[in-house]
Amino acid sequence: MELTRRQSLALGASAFLSEILFAKSSAVAANKDTLTIAFNVNVPSFDPTSGPSSVNPTIQAIYRSVFDQFIRQKPDLSFQPGLLTAWGWNEDKTKLWMDVRKDVKWHDGAPFTPEDVVWSLERAAKKDGANPIQFIWSTAGNYKIEGNRITGDVLRFEPTFFMWMGFLTGYVLPKAYYEKVGAEGFEKKPIGTGPYMIDEYSGNAFLRLKANPNYWGDKPPFQTVIFKFVPDATTRVAEIESGSSDVTLEVPYEEYDRLLTVKGLTGFVAPISDIGMIFITNKDAMLDKNVRLAAIHAIDKKAIVSRLLRGYGLVIDTLETPEYSAYDASITTPYDPKKAAELLKASGYSPQKPVKFTIQTTRGFKPKDYEMIQAIVGMWRKVGIEAQIEVYEIAKHFELRTTHALAPAAFYNWGNAIGDPTTSTGFAMFGPSPHSAWKSDDLDAKIGPLWGEKDEKKRIAGWKEVNRYIAEQGYVIPLLQYVQPIVFKSELKVTPNTSGALQPTLVTRA
Amino acid sequence: MITLPIFRRLATAVGTLTGVAIVVFVLLRIVPGDPVAMMISPGATASDIAALRAHYGLDGSLLSQFWVWLRSMLSGDLGVSISLRRSVGGVLLERLPATLELCMAALQFAALLGGLVALVGTIWRNSWIEALIDALTGFLLAIPDFIWALALALILGVLWPVLPLSGRLDPSNSSGMATPFFWAESLLRLRFDTFLDLSRHLMMPVLALGLPLAAVIARVLKGALIEAMAQDYVLLAQLKGMSRLRLVLQEALGNALGPTLALTGVQFTFLVGGTVITERIFAFPGIGNMAVDAVINRDLPLIQGLVLVFAVIFIAVNMLVDLLQLVFNPRLRHG
Repeated sequence: MELTRRQSLALGASAFLSEILFAKSSAVAANKDTLTIAFNVNVPSFDPTSGPSSVNPTIQAIYRSVFDQFIRQKPDLSFQPGLLTAWGWNEDKTKLWMDVRKDVKWHDGAPFTPEDVVWSLERAAKKDGANPIQFIWSTAGNYKIEGNRITGDVLRFEPTFFMWMGFLTGYVLPKAYYEKVGAEGFEKKPIGTGPYMIDEYSGNAFLRLKANPNYWGDKPPFQTVIFKFVPDATTRVAEIESGSSDVTLEVPYEEYDRLLTVKGLTGFVAPISDIGMIFITNKDAMLDKNVRLAAIHAIDKKAIVSRLLRGYGLVIDTLETPEYSAYDASITTPYDPKKAAELLKASGYSPQKPVKFTIQTTRGFKPKDYEMIQAIVGMWRKVGIEAQIEVYEIAKHFELRTTHALAPAAFYNWGNAIGDPTTSTGFAMFGPSPHSAWKSDDLDAKIGPLWGEKDEKKRIAGWKEVNRYIAEQGYVIPLLQYVQPIVFKSELKVTPNTSGALQPTLVTRA
Repeated sequence: MITLPIFRRLATAVGTLTGVAIVVFVLLRIVPGDPVAMMISPGATASDIAALRAHYGLDGSLLSQFWVWLRSMLSGDLGVSISLRRSVGGVLLERLPATLELCMAALQFAALLGGLVALVGTIWRNSWIEALIDALTGFLLAIPDFIWALALALILGVLWPVLPLSGRLDPSNSSGMATPFFWAESLLRLRFDTFLDLSRHLMMPVLALGLPLAAVIARVLKGALIEAMAQDYVLLAQLKGMSRLRLVLQEALGNALGPTLALTGVQFTFLVGGTVITERIFAFPGIGNMAVDAVINRDLPLIQGLVLVFAVIFIAVNMLVDLLQLVFNPRLRHG
């Protein structure tokens, strides 16, 4: 039988469509040696020490796979040896020392040396560099190498210096390789000492990693790890539900509940080091202590968490979460609308004659952010506060915050994955910090001496006192600690990571 | 003479691009959201902030910043992306082909489907088929591309998982392509496995972008065909005993293409704009997806580069449509 040209074309088109529709779907990612993660953000840059992406806590999951940190951070935020096996200060904290791990190799096979550590630290400390945490790295210098020990001078005592070595920008990069290929060359072909090596990268699409056969630590649990960059939450839900990906994160809470009922899927929500809070700016009505405290006591945080967030969140009363070193459960600001009304009455306000101010919030940046503020405004209205909601973008929030131009109340989320009070209460509440909204001499006088406090116990106790004072004065409204929903295939086991970084090394076969 | 109108349009295009460049530059600097504010470290001092501003060239006056940017742009340097830390020109050249391939595939699909539907509707005019086609095109038009994207992801990605949900290629395979035009290259190099994989990944974004455009083409072409079918020369041909199919294809189609082409050109620019959301939903690595990240990060050099690229595409498409009109319609050449 001979086919006409039209028939041949029709047959070809049908075969093509059949192949497209019925070919083995990439959804079938059934290779046991491969882990596919539907990831919520793209990785814009492979330099984990420079630029905006270096301070994105989520992206650390990728950086920690390719690079090693000076010091490792465990999922519970505590620290353990990384490329440094031991570290510390001398007694009067004028010198520091670090022991460098031996027998470590870069992904190109070159040996890892103490020179790499010193070069990385000095590069990070450069004033004209692009390291956002330069203000920490520049507090030490004049490093000397003796064998595998590095010593250096403490230029200004910074109690969190070693903590940062396990978090944002605390990575060791290859000195010789970087100097050879330059910044652009490194972006094109980055190497580290981490458990995984970059196999292929397609910006905004995927990153494929392969296990580092020479890794000094535990053998990576999967031979291949694929990060699919899927910023849209709906598509991430579809990815995990269709089986195209093995793990995903940051799905809406409603979808999380539904996905747990899907056969073959499981998951958990775990608290992370990210909190929701309302900044109070020292202006207008907020200069009145009664108004501030009334605003705090009028909010039923438990109701917000249970009704709006389907129970996914933990109520907090200070900027410290239970995982942080300066957490103090005895500091509370309970829901007490009666007390709120009395406080307002003392200042001449009532539901009939309410105090008025603006509250700013993002919409859709964090789960139910706008809805939370709507609920809070409703609660405030009942006691005599009339707040006008103004929606802004997160970029606008940053701009207003650094210029001290936020509205009297402004919703924001704050992360502190090193768990130290300087990074939560400190930078959020200290007047000279570009990130604080409440700026007053009384508070600065209490916080100031704690920055360089060398006695650790005294330092932490001092921050607890500061937190108590802030709660008494009503200088900020802490709302809740966020939890991170992670959904994965039942045959996997995922260890929750308080820092929020979904690291492939924390995923194993069940 | 067709040369004069071409030069006239080229001159207009240069003027439009200059206008776009100025507007974008000024707008980006007056809209809320300071890129430096987003990068400030917790312990930054006023001098640190000033240094950071200088590092990214944001410390001068608006005029001096514009002058520096214009000078660099004219020499082919679009600056360095703040978030990607790479040259904007290089990144755009890398990502643009993916978007162009997607748009061209969507256009081809829309033209084929829309054309077919219009022909069928015209041939079977005043029958239940035409009513069905009108209802179908109405339905396709009523649903915007991003809703199509979400619906397709649910239907073809989850309920009946036959197509990949995200990306441009299966991440477990290496592309091995020498150029960023994967689809075209794989076909030319007879790499059918890669071509099929790319086609499977393109399918849903193409459907999402192409379905509304197909409906527009179908409606406009059908209307133009019906109008042409009422012309005397067509009626004469009909009296000579020509079949309805031949009447439509041989007599009416030629004249009906003009208005369809003009409107398709305009609609195609909307399709290009639609890639921003569609690429985001399907995690397709084109400039649309990148544009969202650029805006979130307030990456001013990248946003400027992206807007210029979109503007060039829009202008080029409009010019192409104008030229095709000139070719197909001699009256416009001498008008």
